[in-house]
Amino acid sequence: MKKQPIDTFAENLTAEKHAAVRGGTKATHEKRSVMLPEHFQNPQRLREMAGEIKQHAIENLDTYLPQVEAKLQSNGVQVHWAETADEACATVHRIMQARQATKLVKAKTMVSEEIGLAEYLEERGIESLETDLGEFIVQIDGDHPSHIVRPIIHKSRREIAVSFEREGLGAYNDDPATITQRARRWLRPKYMEAQVGLTGANFVSAESGRIVLVTNEGNSRFSLAGPRCHIALIGIEKIVPRDRDLGVLLNLLARSATAQPLTVYTEFISGPKLADRPDGPEEMHVVFVDNGRTEVLASECREILRCIRCGACLNVCPVYRQASGHAYRSVYPGPVGAVLSPLLAGKRFPELADLPKASSLCGACNEVCPVNIPIPDLLLRLRNRGKEEHAELASVATPGLAGWAWLASQPTAWKTALVAGKAMNVVPSALLPVPALRAWEKDRTLPEWRGGEFRKWWRKNERKTEL
Amino acid sequence: MTAMDLASRQLPGSERRVQLMATCLCDAFFDDVARATVEVLQHLGCIVEFPEGQTCCGQPAFNSGDWDSSRKVVRHTVNTFGGDVPVVVPSGSCAAMMFHGALLEFEREPDRANVAALGRRSWELADFIVNALGVSKWPGRFPARVALHRSCHGRGTPTPEAAATLLKSIAGVEILPFGEEDQCCGFGGTFSVAFPHISSAMGNLKLDYLDAVKPDYLVSVDMSCLMHMNGLAQKEGRPLHVRHLAQVLRDALVTS
Repeated sequence: MKKQPIDTFAENLTAEKHAAVRGGTKATHEKRSVMLPEHFQNPQRLREMAGEIKQHAIENLDTYLPQVEAKLQSNGVQVHWAETADEACATVHRIMQARQATKLVKAKTMVSEEIGLAEYLEERGIESLETDLGEFIVQIDGDHPSHIVRPIIHKSRREIAVSFEREGLGAYNDDPATITQRARRWLRPKYMEAQVGLTGANFVSAESGRIVLVTNEGNSRFSLAGPRCHIALIGIEKIVPRDRDLGVLLNLLARSATAQPLTVYTEFISGPKLADRPDGPEEMHVVFVDNGRTEVLASECREILRCIRCGACLNVCPVYRQASGHAYRSVYPGPVGAVLSPLLAGKRFPELADLPKASSLCGACNEVCPVNIPIPDLLLRLRNRGKEEHAELASVATPGLAGWAWLASQPTAWKTALVAGKAMNVVPSALLPVPALRAWEKDRTLPEWRGGEFRKWWRKNERKTEL
Repeated sequence: MTAMDLASRQLPGSERRVQLMATCLCDAFFDDVARATVEVLQHLGCIVEFPEGQTCCGQPAFNSGDWDSSRKVVRHTVNTFGGDVPVVVPSGSCAAMMFHGALLEFEREPDRANVAALGRRSWELADFIVNALGVSKWPGRFPARVALHRSCHGRGTPTPEAAATLLKSIAGVEILPFGEEDQCCGFGGTFSVAFPHISSAMGNLKLDYLDAVKPDYLVSVDMSCLMHMNGLAQKEGRPLHVRHLAQVLRDALVTS
């Protein structure tokens, strides 16, 4: 019988990686769960409010996108629109070519992973360097991030020390402080050499055109301090209507992501250097990326565009904890990824149609989501879509239920089957042509079949009460 | 939006007439749980009806993405549970299917209103006892150290609190806290056979935490979770005794 690839990936995960992922996610989730009710009287209401703000924003993008474009332009920012991943990469490339730039320093941005920017630029002779420590380690290893907020959650410090030694960053030393110092020393001159600094954005205010960036390492500030040109690569769903909305969203973002009241750095960027604004790069570009988002907005899963990329749903998810991020074969793993990745895949949806199946639908993701996304409902909608589109991965290892549905709509046949099922108590399940039963019995016993017993009792009991 | 306001559900009339949805699992495996549910409801003065044509709530196909099949079963269920009295079900998961899941798959169906009407009548047993009948103190005695498994379909519903309230109120019951109580047991319906490794690993983690506190009984409002954890425990020869909340409530009455 064919197996679900995510289950197989989990089965083959080494004990060390499993422990790293489980330990890291569990600790952050538990800190977050203590902190939120300590800091806020009604975190539930706050999550709902944040969800309403984001839902309003994505449902009114037709208003807010032109508004933010005008605002950014009046702030001195050049605005670009990219419909596809390729267009977004080409736009960044064009901006760099115009400046004859060959070196780019990058702060952490998931959308750049999504569009494959680093590979695109490197193929065209441009050095694109990750400056977030985790992303830097991923880059020197030719690896991929396995968590939205903690890209190297799957790596041990031992592995990192080996990579550093190999890359000439110093003799083997797995002390985290030493690793950080070495990366810092190696990166510092790179900030000065680069002509362009690229960041993402956590939020953009339509009211002021302010771009908000949160980081813990300060690498985004360095990326803007040296280079003369700043490019911000931003998914169109990052818009919030007003600056005051940030009060709600920033308070929830850091607590949900890393169990911090605020990240170490929260930057509000109003535009490039001007006569009355003496700091920052002299040229600033914003590239708004669609890359399938408009289609998601038109779908029945549009709530997923509320996502603020905190990773809380990954941290709490029992499936993510068992499988780790790479099991999801996409840039966005975990519960949010199981919804977003197949949607963003567009026509290639069938290739990721198993992702929405990788959930017991326990609902923990919805319970921790700072913007209250009904993730289980969206997973269910996508399961139905996979079934309707006959995507093979959507039904691998899942028992077909059409026969069961027939039975469950015919009371007489149902009652007969209940009694006949008692044969299961004597026939070894290995002889039954039911793969699902074998999958169940590999690790679990089946209870005794007692079909029809309740109904028998009921009829007796009813007679008794009638007497 | 599909979310139903659970506060506006159908309350029982002065006769306390209710319909029992026994669930397919109790129909096939756990007859004593269905029986205990009847006895508990009758103890509370309810007149219990059992529509004989009932089969299943439709959830297996719904969760598997086969909504065509699921809707067939839901329609059958809607037809079977006619009338306007509350429908009580000893399962948080089937109750959630009726007042939430079914509405999702009927969003664009012409008979959605009928499905919503049944949803408004559907109550998980503990939720019904506490929030429909207003009973939060349970008589009798059940001398045992129990672990209460928070089954996931209770999230966002009044069920978990109601179940804990009832259990806590029984003389002799000691509730044992255990590790990561908010984590799923790994059952998830067809998930358990489609993702057998992950599902078992989740369940075994639960069993590890339970081993650490060694309860006399693991109690839940859902037989599906208990069937999964019990099946895992039996396979590995781990000691575990499971009881549905309805059985504990009934046994407390019997013991008194």
